[in-house]
Amino acid sequence: MAALLAVEELSVGFDTEEDLVNVLDRVSFDIEAGETLGLVGESGCGKSVTALAVMGLLPKPAGRIQGGDILFRGDSLLALPRERMRAIRGNRIAMIFQEPMTALNPVQRIGRQLAETFALHEPGLSSDTVRQRSLGLLEEVGIPAPDSRLDEYPHQLSGGMRQRVMIAMALASRPDVLIADEPTTALDVTIQAQILELLRDLQRDTGMAIIFITHDLGVIAELCSRVVVMYAGRVAEQADIHPLFTRPLHPYTRGLLDSIPRLEDEPKTTLTTIPGTVPGIDDLPSGCRFVNRCPFAERRCEGEPPPLDALTAGHRVACYRWREIEADDARPHPA
Amino acid sequence: MSTGADAPLLQVRGLTKHFPVRGGVFLRTVGHVHAVDDVSFDLDTGETIGLVGESGCGKSTVGKTLLRLYDPTAGRVFFEGRDIATMSRIELRQLRRDIQIIFQDPFESLNARHTVGKILEEPFLIHGLGTTVERRRRVDELLERVGLDAGAANRFPHEFSGGQRQRIGIARAIALKPRLIVCDEAVSALDVSIQSQIINLLLELQGEMRLALIFIAHDLAVVKHVSNRIAVMYLGEVVETADATDIYESPRHPYTKALISAIPVPDPTAQRDRIVLVGDVPSPIDPPQGCRFHTRCRHARDDCRERKPELTAAGDRATVACHYWRNLS
Repeated sequence: MAALLAVEELSVGFDTEEDLVNVLDRVSFDIEAGETLGLVGESGCGKSVTALAVMGLLPKPAGRIQGGDILFRGDSLLALPRERMRAIRGNRIAMIFQEPMTALNPVQRIGRQLAETFALHEPGLSSDTVRQRSLGLLEEVGIPAPDSRLDEYPHQLSGGMRQRVMIAMALASRPDVLIADEPTTALDVTIQAQILELLRDLQRDTGMAIIFITHDLGVIAELCSRVVVMYAGRVAEQADIHPLFTRPLHPYTRGLLDSIPRLEDEPKTTLTTIPGTVPGIDDLPSGCRFVNRCPFAERRCEGEPPPLDALTAGHRVACYRWREIEADDARPHPA
Repeated sequence: MSTGADAPLLQVRGLTKHFPVRGGVFLRTVGHVHAVDDVSFDLDTGETIGLVGESGCGKSTVGKTLLRLYDPTAGRVFFEGRDIATMSRIELRQLRRDIQIIFQDPFESLNARHTVGKILEEPFLIHGLGTTVERRRRVDELLERVGLDAGAANRFPHEFSGGQRQRIGIARAIALKPRLIVCDEAVSALDVSIQSQIINLLLELQGEMRLALIFIAHDLAVVKHVSNRIAVMYLGEVVETADATDIYESPRHPYTKALISAIPVPDPTAQRDRIVLVGDVPSPIDPPQGCRFHTRCRHARDDCRERKPELTAAGDRATVACHYWRNLS
């Protein structure tokens, strides 16, 4: 049976003044109902571009899909006629963003914006029904006194409440897949905890799949069942949550995990780092894109890009030397 | 107040900063934002104090008020035993060399039209230090010390990545060999792999130059990593202070407990005993009476709504502002 959502060998490029720059190179993953998949990586790794491509929201005309496919229940979203595509994107697949203030209309009341969502997905509902459904949604996402909130404007709400409203709007169509792009990054840690708990509860109740995009491995560990680690537009490693944290094989994944300051560390000790910086998109190495920062790099890493090897069905890694790394991995990792 | 060699480098006593809120046709003052209320702490040479708390808790305002970027509403700040409010012009000039600040986004504080060389030379020019040749040499030394190549001097800030710009910000801050640097969310916007590089650089410089640091950030794991001591702030007030390891292992204040339990741990097998706080932080314009945390505290009793808890000693090197911290399990 076809996966709920599958991204297959997706490549995306952006037109610049000089030429077409590749920002996403043959990225593949899939997700089933009830699952939470994490897309993790640092600025510029392509995690947000992946989400925008799935939603058909790549900036026009600069962004374009260079190859690959996006399949929803086996149907290509790139080949579908416009009408059917609109029935899926924004409806069966919904998205929430880091900064709700940019996604909400600042001069419209919350109630009106929710009503608009219903008008798009289920035209012809009576205004009473719309109000009842809106109240139900606000309650579902844990907004206190939803009755009065319907008449408020976005600026009257706190950051956490705005994120709840955005989640409510995304839920209006009862999507099968929710793409959450750094939805808690701008929030304080105690509010982040509230929103993560809300997403977990909603998923348990509705069975929707969640693609959670973040740079925070702590949030990944907490929420996700599977993880795709991205670096400079490519998948570096893909695994179930436990193997990824206990047995990371890509040198980048390992470097990332080692760089995080941890609460149990002794204060004022030297942190492990990844030397150097991410290459610019106009200056990408031709082989493995991590080659200039990798402690394991050797000659062949500069040639052809390493393929995504399957270690098990679920654990894949794009590194020529993962077998050696695994073999001499005597180093204890936090388990 | 003691003066001279045995005084702590920095003593902050009862620091308070209220911002007026104006409204109505005549823009009369209709209230005050209680950004910082009665904050006190000491800081020794070579030591780091971390200020943590959520948005609006006043941690950044503390840093800016210390530097006199804001005039304090009340309270006093002593640097090497001398009250900075009564310093002479010459003393203030020296103070501006001794205390520096690094911001979250160095791009905003670096002149986009100047080369990095010129930006780094400026502190020496302002204070009339060195000849042209000496200044150039110092700029090269600074670049090398923060891990940038000498060619960086001829380039402009926009040509650098976020991590490299923060290195430039650090180079400028250490140019005049300060005694104290306020780091205001200095690593918060950086990616993890770059963040660890910058943290290591700050720790190295602190060791070499015996720098005192005030490290302001919302990420408790980062703050704990760089600090000797930590002060937790909530709605403008310090609610707990303790040694960095101690505050993580045995937090006393219910807010500190919630804050620590809310941090996502990068370990899927971690056992979590999460305290999810209900609601949002109240407005600092009209902070709650009594204990300011009582509206979100699951241990709050009737008198917490009326009686304000003072920051009192709780063990050897810790203080806590909670009436009932001893009775919390």
